[in-house]
Amino acid sequence: MVDTKIPPGTAADGPTGTAGGGGAAPAPVKASKRAWATAASGRTAALLVSPTLLVLTVVVLYPTIMAFKESLYGAKGLDPETGFISDTEPFVGLQNYADIFGEAGDRFWNAFWNTTFFTVTTVGLETLIGVAMALIMHRAFSGRALIRASILIPWAVPTAISGLLWRWIFNSDGIANALIGNQVLWTTEGFHAKVAVIIAEVWKTSPFIGLLVLAGLQVIPKEVYEAARLDGAGPLAQFWRITLPLVKPALLVAVLFRCLDALRMFDLPYLLIGAQKNSVETLSMLAQNEASNVRFGPAAAYAVLLFLYVFLIALGFVRLLGADLVGDVGGPARPKGKSRLRRGSIRNSAEVSA
Amino acid sequence: MNARIPRALPCSAVLVAAGLVLTACGSSDDSSSSGESKSPSFSGRGPITYAAAKDSSGVVQKVIDSWNKQHPKEKVTFVQLPADVNQQRQQMIQNAETKSDAYTVLSLDVVWTSEFAAHQWIDQLPAAQFPLDKMLKPTVETGKYRDNLYAVPQASDGGVLYYRSDLLKKAGVSAAPTTWAQMQAACTKVKKLPEAKDMDCYAGQFQKYEGLTVNFAEAVNSAGGVITNADGKPNVDTPEAKKGLDFLVDSFKDGTIPKEAITYQEEEGRQAFQSGKLVFLRNWPYVYSLAEKSKVAGKFAAAPLPGLTGAGSSSLGGHNVALSSFAKNKATALDFMKFFTNEASATTFLKDASLAPPYEALYDDQALVKQYPYLPVLKKSILNAVPRPRVVQYGDASSAIQQEAYAALNGDKSSAQALKDLQSELQKSAAQ
Amino acid sequence: MTASVKWRTWLLYLGVAAVVAYCLAPFYWMLVSSLRRSSDIFDTSLLPTSVSFENYRAVFSPSQGFGRALLNSLIVSGTTTVLALLLATFTAYAMARLQFRFKRLILTLIIATSMFPVVSIVVPLLKLFTDIGWINTYQAMIVPSMSFVLPLAVWNLTTFFKQMPDELEEAAMIDGCTRGQAFRKVIIPLAAPGIFTTAIICFIAAWNEFLIALSMTNRPSIQTAPVAISKFAGATQFDVPFGSQMAAGVLVTVPLVIMVLLFQRRIVAGLTAGAAK
Repeated sequence: MVDTKIPPGTAADGPTGTAGGGGAAPAPVKASKRAWATAASGRTAALLVSPTLLVLTVVVLYPTIMAFKESLYGAKGLDPETGFISDTEPFVGLQNYADIFGEAGDRFWNAFWNTTFFTVTTVGLETLIGVAMALIMHRAFSGRALIRASILIPWAVPTAISGLLWRWIFNSDGIANALIGNQVLWTTEGFHAKVAVIIAEVWKTSPFIGLLVLAGLQVIPKEVYEAARLDGAGPLAQFWRITLPLVKPALLVAVLFRCLDALRMFDLPYLLIGAQKNSVETLSMLAQNEASNVRFGPAAAYAVLLFLYVFLIALGFVRLLGADLVGDVGGPARPKGKSRLRRGSIRNSAEVSA
Repeated sequence: MNARIPRALPCSAVLVAAGLVLTACGSSDDSSSSGESKSPSFSGRGPITYAAAKDSSGVVQKVIDSWNKQHPKEKVTFVQLPADVNQQRQQMIQNAETKSDAYTVLSLDVVWTSEFAAHQWIDQLPAAQFPLDKMLKPTVETGKYRDNLYAVPQASDGGVLYYRSDLLKKAGVSAAPTTWAQMQAACTKVKKLPEAKDMDCYAGQFQKYEGLTVNFAEAVNSAGGVITNADGKPNVDTPEAKKGLDFLVDSFKDGTIPKEAITYQEEEGRQAFQSGKLVFLRNWPYVYSLAEKSKVAGKFAAAPLPGLTGAGSSSLGGHNVALSSFAKNKATALDFMKFFTNEASATTFLKDASLAPPYEALYDDQALVKQYPYLPVLKKSILNAVPRPRVVQYGDASSAIQQEAYAALNGDKSSAQALKDLQSELQKSAAQ
Repeated sequence: MTASVKWRTWLLYLGVAAVVAYCLAPFYWMLVSSLRRSSDIFDTSLLPTSVSFENYRAVFSPSQGFGRALLNSLIVSGTTTVLALLLATFTAYAMARLQFRFKRLILTLIIATSMFPVVSIVVPLLKLFTDIGWINTYQAMIVPSMSFVLPLAVWNLTTFFKQMPDELEEAAMIDGCTRGQAFRKVIIPLAAPGIFTTAIICFIAAWNEFLIALSMTNRPSIQTAPVAISKFAGATQFDVPFGSQMAAGVLVTVPLVIMVLLFQRRIVAGLTAGAAK
């Protein structure tokens, strides 16, 4: 992910000076912020945040805790005398987790690497294509709404339908083979199955990143670019030094949520290539497969492991994004130059438009 | 309310009596006694539901409507499930796991019976109250778990061999092949015809999914092998089973089966056959009426599946109805199941939706044979059919079969190794 | 200079064309497939040999209840989007503008809830909703859908609000606005592209939700469009109604796009007009 490599300070260097008032901004901001940070603001915050937390608790936290509990139990046994499955599940402690290093391990690690591979490749490609889409759409003034609506289409087609559509396209006698003039058996085991999934997934979700980045671009005031142009910055320099740093929070949030979704990828490989194909089996598919064979314990354990994996990735993003998202103005960790640029320049633009 | 009580009482008395008869006539081993202790009382009358995949012909609703007309106080609501079988099963298991009474009568795929019965998601049924002796025996077997009846056949299905009768005739082959060798010989002759030189010989369903289990089981059974023996123990690592699997593996190697057939499910095979790419196709009866509307219309016929030395054995398809253990109004449900699986309903299902009936007599009905010329072939196919392994962990068994058969067909494993691995996988899953 | 500008314009158009083609080509295939007759559904010609609407007729045949399903989808996703955006706006405002303890923890917690595979929460959720009698109700679909889109909405809106200068609000408050009014009249119009994009994405996510909608309903009168599509069946178990599935795919996608087009102009125009006042 290219954006993380930019030193945070570079963006601010050029425009801050030209934007003028930026240097004076921090003092009042800091003061006002401190004034707001009272007990009253804590109460307001609690009031504003609690409905969201309530909904999330009911729908996600409760089932998640149930799943954690479930993961400590094994599969129900069959009584050879009566031929019936026992009513209760045996408590097995952490056995389901330990199993990934034992017998069930191969399949788990295969799914783990597939999941990782798909996430890295699809999110990487989506970021490139999505940003390119956003930049192009941002420039295109005539018919922008129509273009935006048409890039929305892949994202709007329900996954179930797009899985069927792509399966049809990648059929042995389908249009994909007709176009490349070569009979590739896409839905068999092998690297081509991964390629098919990546193509379909990238097609479907690039617009997600494209749209969010476009929205991020639209709130960058034009004055910033004008200032940079006056400074003699070329288009490429403008992109690296202004566009990318300013659009970084929106881009990172988009990439973060794409990662979360990609790590839980299920429908597309399941519909397109099929269940129990080693080449494309992801952790979600594995958990679903265990659950569908009525082994809820191991299924829940896989889900929990996936959860932890996703959680680690998300924590990394939170650290990356932290300054832009939660960092308090004036806090010591915050790279000041960037915020100063944004605040200063946007205020300027507002003054201009007012 | 008042009317319902006196009606329910004699009815449950009859059921208790029937239950006694059942245990008296049942097999003498201890499974029937365990069955008796679990045998539910079918009590309660009132509205119920029937959960099954939606049918596009609308015939299920039609049969339900005629029941509802006769039983205005015990109406049946049709709960439509997704078309995908895995999703149907998942919905049913979810409802069973939550002990929900949303589904009363369930339409089960024939391979699910053991699993649903062993988990006690469905109730044992009084066998004496259903006309099982009029049904084809293999179909009735699919509804049993440990010799007790848990599900009643509603519709059956068996594999048939479609072949290009026009080309066979032109090539001088007078009759449909009954062995694999004959099929290959016929194919060689047909491919000498100028119009058939680019055609492929044979295909079935070889994609890694339930269809591969069906086709693998058919190959093994048709060569005299078994997957599980009479006691339900896996016994697939045998020379007979190897001959069966070798037929498929060698056919892929020598091009008798085109290599793209490894991606075929039912529809891809039908597509290839209809577009004139295949001489022989193993598929289900549904293909018949659709192919009659395609460009091979009038140029094909159906025959029983071929085998190694003689007629082959089909796997059994179809659906049974079962009663959810968590349902209410089970007396109504039992009556409805009798109605839904009777011969008149089976005739309606056949006429309106071409569902293969479980009743033997219907296959000999001249009017029906005129409408569905493949019926005599299908009857043979079903009578020769072997159920897929009847094990509680069917999902695991089927996965293991798919895994190993697929590896063998792809050439990743020798067929001997695949069968050896399959045997140990099946033993492991049975031991759970 | 002019030559280079012209050249750049052409490059831009080329880029636009490439993007549009990339996004639309598979959709075009869906459209073409939906217009084929069921007898030549397996064709790979780029134009249908003869255009037929039989798949569309099949989708709208009364037994499918597809019109009703579209309405249900609209109700569920509309309500989900409005409620989720409302809650997310509150939360995001607090995150972007107020200082309080545990902020990072709460943001992490919010995002953590969107990390569990949906397949694993269906059964506990079904138990819960059965116990409280929510089966076959809209709220059984709306509340889970909300919880799936809330994390994204909160995070997204927080970044957008955070980008807005708070001097503007302060100026408005000095002019006599309350904090709420200042936020509503100043920040929201400025963040409109972000809010609108978030709304589109929430709406589409809710519109396409399948597993929960399938598990929590068993009556045709309450099912959503994806659930209705999953029930499309061929004449038999094996015969896949690919044509009508594709037709239904077109039918659930196109209204969405039209709606986005209409709303986009209205909302963005409306909000910027409000900002100018």
